[in-house]
Amino acid sequence: MSKTKDNEAPPVIEINAEWCKGCSICIEYCPQDVLALENGIAVVVNLDDCNRCQLCDYRCPDYAITVK
Amino acid sequence: MDNFDYTTFLREKKFPLIWCAGCGHGIIMKAILRAVGRVGWDQNDTVMVSGIGCSSRMPGYVDMNTLHTTHGRAIPFATGVKMANPDLHVIVITGDGDATAIGGNHFIHAARRNIDLTVVLLNNTIYGMTGGQVSPTTPRGKKASTASFGNVEAPFNISGLAQAAGASFVARGTAYGAVQLSKYIEKGLLKKGLSVIEAMSPCPTVFGRRNKMKSPVEMYDELRDQSVPVKKAATMSEVELEDKIVTGVLTDVDKPEYTAEYAKLIAKLGGSA
Repeated sequence: MSKTKDNEAPPVIEINAEWCKGCSICIEYCPQDVLALENGIAVVVNLDDCNRCQLCDYRCPDYAITVK
Repeated sequence: MDNFDYTTFLREKKFPLIWCAGCGHGIIMKAILRAVGRVGWDQNDTVMVSGIGCSSRMPGYVDMNTLHTTHGRAIPFATGVKMANPDLHVIVITGDGDATAIGGNHFIHAARRNIDLTVVLLNNTIYGMTGGQVSPTTPRGKKASTASFGNVEAPFNISGLAQAAGASFVARGTAYGAVQLSKYIEKGLLKKGLSVIEAMSPCPTVFGRRNKMKSPVEMYDELRDQSVPVKKAATMSEVELEDKIVTGVLTDVDKPEYTAEYAKLIAKLGGSA
């Protein structure tokens, strides 16, 4: 089920592949399993479940992920 | 949800960061920027001063007034900046080696003097940049390039050292608990007097790999499992707290601040600053 409320625009997750070092912290600690590793870079695989908690952004050491 | 746009504080031309994959330093830098954003400081009135080491590369990436100084001497440079311009907000970035080995005396005397600086001490328990030598905070038994069979020395308790030396605000957080860490830093920024925020930062490359932690995530799991909030720690015995990281605000007291006392003395003698 989507975590986005009906009156809300869906979240936008931006990943900067140039800055991502593939440490996997965002993937491991995402409470909704939104992210995965592909070719050594984090990618969004399950946007519907994102609840905008921003823990990926808080814990990304490389400023490579933002959630809006 | 935090809508603060920390990118206004970044020198994006310098990116990607020099720090290794999974290093906690970038997380701690972001916790600092979010805290500065919440207190609303102008980047032109804020100064970031660092010494030497992995952590001390931080000012290179931050768009404030920045100083990358000599080994162990971030606090003396910052003291000079603050004494000359008491209205500036001064943040010191240092590491366990920088602040408690070569810069150990500067660290304890800044705490004794209680000068209004915010010291964010990134503790990765190793000398990362130079290849993983034992630092004053390497835990007993852990391996380092200068301790192939395990470290036989006892580590410094940095927060305890700052408390004993007289800092008016001391807190400890971790890169895993980035949200809480940012709140401790915010309190430290607002405190008039010396604030020390000890931020535990995993070093996957030269500490983790030598100590059987194969991935950065394993190190963050360990930080999470070792962390004990200060209130809970008060109910635990010394044996139970061995190998634990006590997190939270450890000291928050008001006492005379150095630049204010200095200004008072100048006024008393009829001079002007």
